[in-house]
Amino acid sequence: MRKIYLDHNATTPLHYEVYSEMVPFLEKQFGNPGSIHWAGREARKAVEDARDRVAQSLASAPEEIVFTSGGTEANNLAIFGVTDNSPDSKKHIITSAVEHSSVLNPIKLLESRGFEVTYLGVDRYGMLKSEDVKKSLREDTLLISIMHANNETGNIFPVEEIGQIARERGVIFHCDAVQSFGKLDVIPSRDNIDLLSISGHKIYGPKGCGCLYVRKGVGILPVMFGGMQEKGLRPGTENVAGIAGFGKACEIAIESRRELSVRCGKLEDELLSGIFKSIQNVCLNGHPSRRISGVLNISFEGVESESVLMNLDLTGIAVSAGSACSSGAVAPSHVLIAMGLPQDLAESAVRFSIGMNNTSEEIKYVLDILGDVIPRLRRISPSYREAAAIKRG
Amino acid sequence: MSGGVDSSVSALLLKEQGFEVIGITMKLWSYSGIDNRIQGCCSPEDINDARRAADQLDIPFFVLNLENEFRSDVVENFVKEYLNGRTPNPCVWCNSRMKFHYLIMKADELNADYIATGHYAVIKKNGSGLVLKKGRDGMKDQTYFLFNMPLAAMPRIIFPVGGLLKAETRKIAKEHRLMIAEKAESQEICFIPDGDYPKFLKKEKRMPDMLGEILDSRGNVLGYHHGYFNYTIGQREGLGVSASGRMYVVRIDPEKNTVIAGTAEDVLSKQLNADGINWLVDPGRKKGFRCNAKIRYRHQESPCTVELLDNDRVRVDFDEAQRAVTPGQAVVFYDGDVVMGGGWIE
Repeated sequence: MRKIYLDHNATTPLHYEVYSEMVPFLEKQFGNPGSIHWAGREARKAVEDARDRVAQSLASAPEEIVFTSGGTEANNLAIFGVTDNSPDSKKHIITSAVEHSSVLNPIKLLESRGFEVTYLGVDRYGMLKSEDVKKSLREDTLLISIMHANNETGNIFPVEEIGQIARERGVIFHCDAVQSFGKLDVIPSRDNIDLLSISGHKIYGPKGCGCLYVRKGVGILPVMFGGMQEKGLRPGTENVAGIAGFGKACEIAIESRRELSVRCGKLEDELLSGIFKSIQNVCLNGHPSRRISGVLNISFEGVESESVLMNLDLTGIAVSAGSACSSGAVAPSHVLIAMGLPQDLAESAVRFSIGMNNTSEEIKYVLDILGDVIPRLRRISPSYREAAAIKRG
Repeated sequence: MSGGVDSSVSALLLKEQGFEVIGITMKLWSYSGIDNRIQGCCSPEDINDARRAADQLDIPFFVLNLENEFRSDVVENFVKEYLNGRTPNPCVWCNSRMKFHYLIMKADELNADYIATGHYAVIKKNGSGLVLKKGRDGMKDQTYFLFNMPLAAMPRIIFPVGGLLKAETRKIAKEHRLMIAEKAESQEICFIPDGDYPKFLKKEKRMPDMLGEILDSRGNVLGYHHGYFNYTIGQREGLGVSASGRMYVVRIDPEKNTVIAGTAEDVLSKQLNADGINWLVDPGRKKGFRCNAKIRYRHQESPCTVELLDNDRVRVDFDEAQRAVTPGQAVVFYDGDVVMGGGWIE
């Protein structure tokens, strides 16, 4: 069976140069970076070389990079790292309703422990306004945590403006840049971002590795305790191969960012215009233009995303819908619900996310399959037939 | 695929027969915060078992979220029946609605020709049509739970293990080293894994403690209870009444919140009416016909005469009195091994 992967917001394939970078540390260079002998030195060098690369890709200093096991851990470290270190007088957090669960769930826990939280809403295009951040600020606001780009719609949020607001008011600003890094310019020092999360496997790097950028002068506490690795902020023997691969992936991400954007943007246009041309009653979820290129979230009226997903999967096409719960069942996306999308449209949304290796020819194949699957599903969908009958009068 | 032996072996057999098999688990209920050791069908562990079986068989596998449909079509009815003083059978509804309605809709969506389940039952050609027959394993026969299937769905249903004995099914699972080969049978009602349905009703409907009287047939007060919905016809335990000899629940009156108790003899009856009849074999216009009937899953079927009152209502007269004829349970009619149809005891 032919296999077409259009789920790059979930994860990306490993870049072959990244793979080559990792291999020595899975074979001969097995040392523990904490050891003082030759084996340790080799491993330590790999970790520090990678740190230089990551720092460079964020236009920051190496000492501002803390390696973590990925985006979720970076987000947790940022949020708990700040709140655990906060004075009692600061009890207010600002975030958005459309953050990733690895931001929302830590903040919900903090809410249950006495923090007060403002969850900023988004408009029908899924956009968030920086004025809303400004309006929500209080005397006791400790932290703002807003993502750079949304994982489900691809929407880009105004982090420069939010950074400005945060800096003026002396509030710590954490930005989850897992979905934007490698696709947009991510320069925390320019944008007044204090803490920033990125992840390796979203940028053609390995799973299980990412980092938190911690601006010099921002004090956070660890969430795990043990040795003094990563200045005690992330104890535990370093994932050397993963870190080496992550460093390389960051370097490639910066080098190929523009080319990748152009390429994905072109394929996205082909997919979007193809869908709009051949299939009726579809809507694009997300902002028409302020989105990262390559991400399309589309509702096919009258069909369940679950059914679309399964049908595409059985023809070899991998896409996603909403958020999969731990059992693997599809649940409607909290992001689309927050945008005010009616339940039935939220339940018929499918996310296509294009990547480096996709081709025009693949997009044509996907359009062919969609042109077959969607009308077929609609023909057997009682709710769609009913709605169509009402429309016809 | 429930994650159990029967559905896993069903998938395996179909694959061996050359079908293109897609594994589906219907997620019907959220088991949040319950003890992991208690297992009911479609708990997270069961879903994982189903997924692992599909991995072993190398077939695509999906989890379908049908929680809303299960709640509206099965659970709400279940609760309502208890509150009406009846004893429901949610497994019958689950089969006819979740499997033979929603799953068939999903099969249409997936362009699948058939749906298959791990039930011990057989669908066979009989002349020009199809009939539902008992599974070969008499101990495991599940036709009692299947009588309510829509006749139109029959040509699209396959029961791959219906012709096997349970022991044979297990043997096949073991021979193929399926990880679930030794897994225990699921018992109880899947959405009430601890079997404590009164607790479930209290939680679902916030049913309060409703102190009521336990009476004998002449209206004498024998004792008190905490809500009529805690009882089912023929029940002996939990009556806690002081009377000479063993007492059984004979009748439940939800309006007066009373439970009427009596002797073993009082729970016997020779006659019942049933409605909502689903005929799988056309009963014709016969005034009355002879068959065997089963009034609950573990009931020894018994000869009777069935008289049509109208098209979906019957009167059943047993040759011999039956114990605990329970409103809300199904009565299913058999002509030898063939399921003629069934309905709901009034």
